[in-house]
Amino acid sequence: MKASKKKTKQETEKKSAKKAEKLIDKKGVRLDGRKLDELRPVKLEVGVIPNADGSAYLEQGKNKILVGVYGPKEAHPRHIARQDRAVIQCRYHMAPFSVDERKSPAPSRRDVELSKVIREALEPAIFLEYYPKTAIQVYIEILQADGGTRCAGITAAALALADAGIPMRDLVVACAAGKADGKLMLDLMDTEDKVGEADVPVAFMPNLNAITLLQMDGNLSVDEFENAISMAIDGCKQIYALQKEALKLKYVAAEEAKEE
Amino acid sequence: MNSPIVVRIKKKRIVELLANGKRVDEREPTEYRKIELDSGVIERAEGSARVRLGKTDVIVGVKIATGTPFSDVPNKGVLTVNAELVPLASPYFEPGPPGENAVELARVVDRGIRESKAIDLEKLCVEPGKLVFVVFVDVYILNHDGNLIDASTMAALAALVNTKMFKYEVEDGKIVKKPGYTPLPIVNYPISVTFAKIGDKLVLDTGLDEEEVMDARLTMTMDKDGKICAIQKGGGSGYFTKEEISEAAKIALKKTEELRKIVVKG
Repeated sequence: MKASKKKTKQETEKKSAKKAEKLIDKKGVRLDGRKLDELRPVKLEVGVIPNADGSAYLEQGKNKILVGVYGPKEAHPRHIARQDRAVIQCRYHMAPFSVDERKSPAPSRRDVELSKVIREALEPAIFLEYYPKTAIQVYIEILQADGGTRCAGITAAALALADAGIPMRDLVVACAAGKADGKLMLDLMDTEDKVGEADVPVAFMPNLNAITLLQMDGNLSVDEFENAISMAIDGCKQIYALQKEALKLKYVAAEEAKEE
Repeated sequence: MNSPIVVRIKKKRIVELLANGKRVDEREPTEYRKIELDSGVIERAEGSARVRLGKTDVIVGVKIATGTPFSDVPNKGVLTVNAELVPLASPYFEPGPPGENAVELARVVDRGIRESKAIDLEKLCVEPGKLVFVVFVDVYILNHDGNLIDASTMAALAALVNTKMFKYEVEDGKIVKKPGYTPLPIVNYPISVTFAKIGDKLVLDTGLDEEEVMDARLTMTMDKDGKICAIQKGGGSGYFTKEEISEAAKIALKKTEELRKIVVKG
């Protein structure tokens, strides 16, 4: 029994070493051809769901995410209402077909936690005190997942909130940095996240220099961690420009339609 | 929950005090409340510990069972962390399935143990892909007076260190108990410290009064080598700047080392 245990251990070690070797090539290029500090291609669009008060669609690499916002509206059940501010009801949800193995549509513990931290990442941006006793609902649907969905979800949700005309201090934008194959890198995709040593998702409001979501799992020294945050913030700033572009585009399109 | 007006008055007072470096209970900003730790408090459990952090009271029980491993890690035992905000612990806790606060608490404790690789899970494999040991860590909040995360990580670590497994032999793919016990293979000691941002000040180990008025919360879990293994920002509608996070990391490095000495003796 002991021997077989040893063998499997060796096998897994070999396997992970092989995997890790493949993540970055000698020139510092990643599996999908990106440099270490390069984002995946990001595509953003607002106003994609006619029924919602605000909505946004995001693609980041193979991530495909749809966000719908409803409200401010009467809070249900009524006891959740706050006398001095609006409450945010946030649901992060993965479609059963969004990952390799079918995911049960019932909320997992991970979904519950992510819904909470995403809500807390968005709250600092919104003038909640303008709408006492109401609820603002943010529904995030992950149609396809490829790593970094909580960050991509926040980026899209902030756009949908802005699209709904909800007054905000700034857009919230999120991006992860992490460590894989011994090197810090930006915007990890699924394979890099799974094999990698650490993942640091960060949500940021660029105009206020405010970090509204910060998590980490893995193993990093304090220095590595601080560099990872800086890297993630740089990524956030790049996506922030795209967010603003996407918001403007909606009004440009509307203007053009009027002229025609 | 107190009315918004009471919270606002409370906050004003706490922020005023903090501006002069003082806290409601006269502690220093980074000072913890009195920590009392008892190990092996539940004889039926394979491991247990009770931590009192001021009036916050947490008990953690560890149970060991057999089960099947996850298919992607066939040669590793399974770790499961669960947290119960027991209704007797606070007027704000209600019976029912775990809410988001309980789920978050369990997952933050879990992340610290898992990411620091505190338990050598490969040693808990009996037959790869078929039979492994499952370690259940159940966090039970008995009285809530703030900083449940740190009290829970301390109690969980102490309970794991306290855990004894029965000796066994494998006969025909089945586990046969033998007399005697061995300790659980614990190889790392994750400790968390949780900061609250109140106004523009950072404080550690918040009591319930401070927790009610805090703008945001930041938990850093560090392993025995001073590496960060888990972080969670939460609580309230505030935020942190990068400078505040760097400051927190420096304090956390020192503080986790101090606390580890209390939890892991010798």
